[in-house]
Amino acid sequence: MSETTKTTNEEILAEEKAMLEDIAARLSGFARERANLVPLLQMIQERHGYLPPDAINMVAEYLEIASCEVYGVATFYNQFRFTPPGKHQIKICLGTACHVKGGDIILENFERKLEIREGEITPDREFGIDRVACVGCCALAPVATVDESVQGHMAPSKVEGIILGFQIEKEREAREKQKDDAGEK
Amino acid sequence: MAKILIDKKEIEAKEGANLLQVCLKNGFYIPNLCHLEGMDSPPASCRLCFVEIEEEDGPVTSCSVTVRAGLKVTTDTPPVRRLQRSALKLLLSAHDVDCARCPANKKCGLQTIARFLKVGLKPKQLEQLRKETEGMEDHPFLRYDPNRCVLCGRCLQVCHGKQGQPFLTFAKRGFDTVIASYGEKDLSNTTYQEFTACAQACPVAALGPKND
Repeated sequence: MSETTKTTNEEILAEEKAMLEDIAARLSGFARERANLVPLLQMIQERHGYLPPDAINMVAEYLEIASCEVYGVATFYNQFRFTPPGKHQIKICLGTACHVKGGDIILENFERKLEIREGEITPDREFGIDRVACVGCCALAPVATVDESVQGHMAPSKVEGIILGFQIEKEREAREKQKDDAGEK
Repeated sequence: MAKILIDKKEIEAKEGANLLQVCLKNGFYIPNLCHLEGMDSPPASCRLCFVEIEEEDGPVTSCSVTVRAGLKVTTDTPPVRRLQRSALKLLLSAHDVDCARCPANKKCGLQTIARFLKVGLKPKQLEQLRKETEGMEDHPFLRYDPNRCVLCGRCLQVCHGKQGQPFLTFAKRGFDTVIASYGEKDLSNTTYQEFTACAQACPVAALGPKND
């Protein structure tokens, strides 16, 4: 177990390094003007799915403004996130219909099951929870979307099922990988 | 110099001076929270310094009015007081009223204004609003209590007026708005005096030195 976490940690560090290099290379495509602050942040968010702390400092340095100002602007808009999205992103709808049907209970269920709060991801970056305003299928309330699939009529038991499904899938993949590795040898 | 009337009393003031400042200097108290002397562009965000000016349709914020000859100002009409009381009650509904344990007790901007407007510190008809977020725990010199903060922005005025780059900002939006600092780079460009100067601008001790 500890070996696998070590490799994932190394992977994550390498990923972050590559990401910052990519951002650094792209900064020069933008003029050093304050007006380019939001376009720059949007570029980073679009390419990498979130704004890492180092990227905020890089943007601040490039535009010669204080990091706190960049942070202030970035937190103002809902389109920017500050933690990487999980491999499986779970979105809980808390629109009017889902709210009435107890969407907040579903959210709480996911939060308790994964031991994270909304807007966060699990330490292994497998799951992330977000809350959204309306998915557009109120008749199925309460609704959650898991990656791209819509899950209607959510219930606490279904929360368990969804997470368990992913865990089984992951274990199966790991077993197959092991078998492949053994076969190659 | 221009002659103006404040509450039927004739006052001489410099043309173009800030009306709120002129009133305060001449002994006419007007409740205010977000104003700092010498501001270039007052944010007029606390919505407390209302006065009525003849020829204007309704009450206006005095901090955003400049003195011109013949101005007739009334500071205590019923519409003015009504606006001020509602604004104060709304501020108090989002304020952690725990005066006994607050370093600003007895020198607090909110207490002064509440006494002046005869508003209780715990308005009953409004729901209490509390923020869950903690603020600036990792800051080496300053502590910040988002539930005391009235978001007047005075600390930001001081911070952005100083030499070099600012280190404080408004973060997030709407009810979640807080004052925040970010990262360590901003800190190294700032002296301890500049930190405390920003903290001292706070009218309610939401921002203060850490050892407080």
